[in-house]
Amino acid sequence: MLSQQQAVAFNGTKEQEAKLMEVISRYKGTDGALIPVLHEAQSIYGYLPVEVQAIISKNLDVTMAEIYGVVTFYTQFTTEPKGKYHIGVCLGTACYVKGSGAIFDKIKEKLGMPEGSNSTPDGKFSIEATRCIGACGLAPVLTVNDEVYGKLTVDDVDSILAKYVD
Amino acid sequence: MEMVNITINGQSLSVPQDYTILQAARQAGIDIPTLCYLKDINEIGACRMCLVEVKGARTLVTACVYPVNEGMEVFTNTARVRKARKAVLELMLSNHNKKCLTCVRNRNCELQTLAEELNVTELPYEGEQTPSTIDDFSPSIVRDNSKCILCRRCIAVCKKVQTVGVIDATERGFKTKIGSSFDKSLNETDCAMCGQCINICPVGALQEKDGIAPVWKALADETKHVVVQTAPAVRAALGEEFGMPIGTPVTGKMAAALKMLGFDKVFDTDFAADLTIMEEGTELINRIKEGGKLPLITSCSPGWVKFCEHNFPDFLDNLSTAKSPHEMYGAVLKSYYAEKAGIDPKDIYVVSVMPCTAKKFEAQREELSGTGYPDVDAVITTRELAKMIKEAGIEFAKLEDAVFDSPFGDEATGAGVIFGATGGVMEAALRTVSEVLTGETFDNVEYEAVRGTEGIKEATVTIGDMDVKVAVAHGLGNARTLLNSIREGKADYHFIEIMGCPGGCVTGGGQPIQPAKLQAEIDLKAERAKALYAEDRALTYRKSHDNPYIKKIYEEYLGEPCGHKSHKLLHTHYQERPKY
Repeated sequence: MLSQQQAVAFNGTKEQEAKLMEVISRYKGTDGALIPVLHEAQSIYGYLPVEVQAIISKNLDVTMAEIYGVVTFYTQFTTEPKGKYHIGVCLGTACYVKGSGAIFDKIKEKLGMPEGSNSTPDGKFSIEATRCIGACGLAPVLTVNDEVYGKLTVDDVDSILAKYVD
Repeated sequence: MEMVNITINGQSLSVPQDYTILQAARQAGIDIPTLCYLKDINEIGACRMCLVEVKGARTLVTACVYPVNEGMEVFTNTARVRKARKAVLELMLSNHNKKCLTCVRNRNCELQTLAEELNVTELPYEGEQTPSTIDDFSPSIVRDNSKCILCRRCIAVCKKVQTVGVIDATERGFKTKIGSSFDKSLNETDCAMCGQCINICPVGALQEKDGIAPVWKALADETKHVVVQTAPAVRAALGEEFGMPIGTPVTGKMAAALKMLGFDKVFDTDFAADLTIMEEGTELINRIKEGGKLPLITSCSPGWVKFCEHNFPDFLDNLSTAKSPHEMYGAVLKSYYAEKAGIDPKDIYVVSVMPCTAKKFEAQREELSGTGYPDVDAVITTRELAKMIKEAGIEFAKLEDAVFDSPFGDEATGAGVIFGATGGVMEAALRTVSEVLTGETFDNVEYEAVRGTEGIKEATVTIGDMDVKVAVAHGLGNARTLLNSIREGKADYHFIEIMGCPGGCVTGGGQPIQPAKLQAEIDLKAERAKALYAEDRALTYRKSHDNPYIKKIYEEYLGEPCGHKSHKLLHTHYQERPKY
């Protein structure tokens, strides 16, 4: 077993840390402080890497293991930053039965995302399996940032990704 | 406490109103199966094995967390209950790695026992298997999640009892697993390696890192002079592995078995415990007289030392620089003994039998090699020794008593023996320090105030014209509480004993594993400690400095306690380690 390596290097700023410390001091000592702190931390940093979890652990007096347990339990928390291009592949029922699972796998493979990671090491792409996005008529569907692509097959993946080479 | 009247299976009971159904049933001698339940530590109703029927309740309820109330009618043995429990167990078995024959916990597994007790004769739900992710990077603890039943006892003991908290449940649903932050190996965390998680694991998901193979290999190597030493606590529990009652001392049988296993010499770590007292006691006297850093804190427990390095780096100068007894013994064996016996120290292979998993980590510390060779070459736990004895076909219970080898072994003191129980090192130190400081001889050597299983014990001992304030803590949670009170200026002491495991070494992470149900009835800490205190009372010498071989080793080789040679061989240093 090897530890998960973070795909993208952390570059948090002093300003972000000061904001996080303010959040922590606001919640410290109250019951159930961890989840709201994680929410606000994610909105400050965009994601919850080990460095951010360590700041929370140390200052909120919650173990690293417990924080990681909570972060991995709830799907809205992520330990990886969103890429320049964030791809959302709908795995809702309609899209799933029309083969979006294979599209998800194909994109990950095509972009060379490491096993267990949902972003590329250069931080350019990230991928997320979303619940139903309300576009079932276009199933299977995916989004890249604000662009929506529908009625897809696995063979469409190459041409979509080709639009984001820059 | 107000009492309430309930019936269980028609039997009328009057029980305190804050009782759970499980507590009431156990008091009445009615068995309810449990798996995740660990008295006072893990009471979360997670595993659903303890389902019972309550009259008027819509569903079956979990007895371990369901409170009693007046007039409650409980049924633990209805067709509905039996069927539900069996289904729960069958589901648990559906993704369990059922390689029982080759499992470390074969025949001592609470899941296996329940399958037998609940008469599970088929596996109707063979489904997807939990992948086997084995973390064996730690020198002390191995985890295999495919054996894990997610009872969370390990999380509770690590977080609540030890306040270490390096593991928790991560992910959700079928993917739920017990692991560390960012799925790191335990070895990369601030795990103290105490092994308490192993002792409370109902199955084989946690075990010590194997130390048996290298020992068999060394024993088969004719160029090696293989010596073994056994820690005090081992003799108080080894018999349990062979069906003997808890608390049976097996010192003589253990020595006999070790000789039959083929060790060239069989020594008793008690001798080195006496040596530790000479060094640590002298260190205490020096620090008191010369205004050195106080309180002095014992350093025999490697789980405690690692915990201190991660969590209380500001106390590292308080730790006694004295090595732990088995490391001292290793250093002496590869120097003094090697010279006397005319053996090249490179050919001496020192095996320590320890009640401890953290000792495996400790033995790998590079600084513990005062002779240029590692002080100790291999550490095996009490459990592993039992496995070796069984593997060799030795009928342990039938063995005639033997004695340890001389020159180091046959004159152990009672002071060394009691090292295995919480308060023992403190008591042993006080026996010596009081006489050295006053120059008098005392007949009463039993310091009751530092005995017993209370988490933190305090006493003021008058030695000559001085009041020496001492404290004893066992279990890392108690250690944390005690050190925090010193940090905050609420307490101060001259001398503190800290043991990483609750109860001290007798209930260390390498000791025989007893099922939770038995642990709820019998206080292992107290029962095993009795064996040590009985041995102490029966010994001729009960003070470390009275040990004739201790006197001899200082005369012939070491010079004086805390002298030049001692410092080179018997003392060490510590380092701050990261927590995050």
